[in-house]
Amino acid sequence: MSVLVDRSSRVVIQGITGREGSFHTEQMRAFGTNIVAGVSPGKGGGDRNGVPVFDTVADAVAATDANVAGIFVPPAFAADAIMEASAAAVALTVCITEGIPVHDMVRARAYVERAGTQLLGPNCPGIVTPAQCKVGIIPNHINAPGPVGIVGRSGTLTYEVIQGLTQAGMGQTTSVGIGGDPVLGLGFTDVLRLFAGDDDTLAVVMIGEIGGSDEERAADWIRESGFAKPVVAFISGRTAPPGKRMGHAGAIISGNTGSAQSKIEALSAAGAAIAETIEDVVRLTAEKLGTPVLG
Amino acid sequence: MKLLEYQAKQRFAAAGITVPEGRLARTPDEAAAAAAELGRIAVKAQVPIGGRGKAGGIAVVDTPEAARREAERILSMEIRGYPVRSVWCETGLAIASEMYLGITLDRDRRRFVIIFSTAGGMEIEQVAVDAPEKIAKLWPDPFAGPLAFQVRQLAFAGLAHAPTLRDRAAKLAAELVTVTTRLYTLATQLDALTCEINPLVLTPEGTLVAADGKLEIDENAEYRHADLVTEVAEDSAADDGRTGDDPFEVEARKRGLTYVHLDGNIGVIGNGAGLTMNTLDLVKQHGGEPANFLDIGGGASAERVHNALEMVLLDPKVRGVFINVFGGITRGDEVARGVIAARDDLGITKPLVVRMTGTMEEEGRRLLQDAGIVPATSAPEAAEKIVQLTQGPAR
Repeated sequence: MSVLVDRSSRVVIQGITGREGSFHTEQMRAFGTNIVAGVSPGKGGGDRNGVPVFDTVADAVAATDANVAGIFVPPAFAADAIMEASAAAVALTVCITEGIPVHDMVRARAYVERAGTQLLGPNCPGIVTPAQCKVGIIPNHINAPGPVGIVGRSGTLTYEVIQGLTQAGMGQTTSVGIGGDPVLGLGFTDVLRLFAGDDDTLAVVMIGEIGGSDEERAADWIRESGFAKPVVAFISGRTAPPGKRMGHAGAIISGNTGSAQSKIEALSAAGAAIAETIEDVVRLTAEKLGTPVLG
Repeated sequence: MKLLEYQAKQRFAAAGITVPEGRLARTPDEAAAAAAELGRIAVKAQVPIGGRGKAGGIAVVDTPEAARREAERILSMEIRGYPVRSVWCETGLAIASEMYLGITLDRDRRRFVIIFSTAGGMEIEQVAVDAPEKIAKLWPDPFAGPLAFQVRQLAFAGLAHAPTLRDRAAKLAAELVTVTTRLYTLATQLDALTCEINPLVLTPEGTLVAADGKLEIDENAEYRHADLVTEVAEDSAADDGRTGDDPFEVEARKRGLTYVHLDGNIGVIGNGAGLTMNTLDLVKQHGGEPANFLDIGGGASAERVHNALEMVLLDPKVRGVFINVFGGITRGDEVARGVIAARDDLGITKPLVVRMTGTMEEEGRRLLQDAGIVPATSAPEAAEKIVQLTQGPAR
C-alpha cells in the first residue's frame, strides 16, 4: 500500500507547456506516472509529446477523469491554479511552485479546505510512491519500494534521506515533501495520520527544519493519538541565527517559536528517535525496523 | 521588505487612519525647521527595527535648538547595526490610553490574525507572556475580510480588561471597527506580512491616533508593488549610500543569490535550503564556524556556482569553502566545472572541499580530482576536512 498516490492515480499537469512543466512531465512519465492530461490556457486541443492539452482543469477532468494535479505554473498564477484544480474536484493537488505571495496562499488554502480536497505544497518537491507514481521533481533513480514512510519539509534533504535509506536496503511506501512555505496544505500531522492508516508503512522518518510549530504539533499528535509506529526525526537549522530567513520563506526563528531545540525536545518527548545526521537517520531507521544495514 | 515608520504612517494616513502631523528630516537643520513649524515634537530615529526608544533613538524637544542638537546626536547613531539616516519629527500627543492593533500571519491557523489589546506601548509578544488575557484575536475569512460585528466582538473582548475605558466602550468599539477595517484593507492591498499600530493612542478628546507604525511587505509579492519597492530603495540609497542592511547580503541580492551572512570563517554553499542549513549544522558539529548560508537552488549552472563562490569569498574572514551538492536536477559535472572555473579565474588559493552525490557525481568528482580540488563522498567527512584545513593562524 501507500498514501495519497499509487498506480491508479491519473495525473493532470498544470503548466505542462512551460520549461519546468514539460521537462518534469517527461521525467514523471519515465518514472511510470500515468499522466493523462496537461493544462495550458490558450493551448487546448493540442498535445505535448502525446499528452492531450486542455485550456482549463475542468475540461481536462471531464475528458480524462484526472484525480491528481501537479502545478508548475509561475508564482503569480499558482494560487489561482490551486483553486482551479480544487474547484474541478481534483482530489489531490501537488504544487511545486516556489514564491507564491502569502496573501494569495491564505486564500487558496481556505478555498481548498472549503472544497474538501487536499493540497500538498506549495514550494515542495512533491510525492513518490516507488514503482507506482511520482508527482513532482524528486529524482527518479533514488527511490525503492519498502516499509518506510518519509515526510519532509526540505527538498534536497528529503532526497538525501531517500537515497540513504535506499542504498542501505530500506525502501519506501511513500515519500512526501510538504514544502518550505509558511502557509501549506498538508502538514506533518496530516501525513502522519495517513501513514498511521497504511499497513505497509512500518516506520516513519520526519525531516523538519526551523520555523513555525508544525513539528511540535505533530509531536503532540503522536503522543495524544498513541501513534504506534516508530518515528525517526531529523531537524535541520540547529545553528541558524534567530530572525534570519534561511532560504525557505518559512525557515525563520521568530521570537520564542521555531527553534530546532524546541522541535527536538517536543519530538523526543513524544518518543521519536532523534537523528543528528543523515547517517544517523539511516542507522536509527534500521534499528527500529530490526533490519541489517546494507551497503 | 520593511518600511520605515514614516513610510508606514504615510500609508496609514492615505488609508484614512489618523496619524500625528510630522516632517522627515535628514539633517539637524531640517529637524530644527520642523520644530519651528510644529512646536513641541518627538524626534524619532528611522530604522527598520524595534527597540530604538531604549537605545536612545527617540527624544522629545520643545525648541528648534534642542531639535537640532538631538537630531545631530540621533543621526550619528547606529541602532542594532542599522545606521540612522533620517529622523521623523512629529507633534507630541496627549495620551488618555495606549492600545495595540496589529495584523500578522498565524502560521498554525494558516490565516492572518487581527490582534487587539488595551495593553499598548510594549511588545505584544511580551504581553502574550505576561497577560495573555489582555489579548483579543480575530481570524477573518480571507475572502470576506473582517465583518463589523466580528470587529466589535474583538473590541469588546479587549476592552473587557480595561475598566477605566468602560464608560467609553461603546464609542470606542465603533471607532475600532473603522480603524481595523481600514488597516485590514491596507494590509491586504499592500501584501503586508505584518501591519501594526503600537501604540494606538486614545487622546483625551476620544480620537484614535496611530503613534507608531510597522509595515513589512511580502517579498514574494513585490512584483505587485513596484512603486513601493522603488521608494524604499531610493530611501536606502539616499545620503552617502549607507544602507541599513548587511553589505554582503545587499551584494548577494544584486547577484540574485540566496545568502545570509554569519559570523564564522568557513564559507558554505549548498543546493536547497534544508540541505544548506544542515551543512551549517555539520560544520558546527565538527568544531567550525560557518561564515554564511548560500543556497544555489535547483539546477544551478556552472556560472551560478562561479558567482556563488565569488560571493562567499568577498568576505575577508572566509578561510575556506565547503560546497555541498546533492545532484537531483543539479548536475555534479556542472557544479565541478563552475568550481574549477571560479578557482582559476579568481585565483583562489584558499582550501575548497566539495561533497558531491547524485546526478553525474562520478564525472564531477573526476573533474575535481584532476584539477586538484578535494572531493568527498559523505557530508560529515567533508565537514571534518574543511574544519581541519581552515584551523590554525589566519593566512
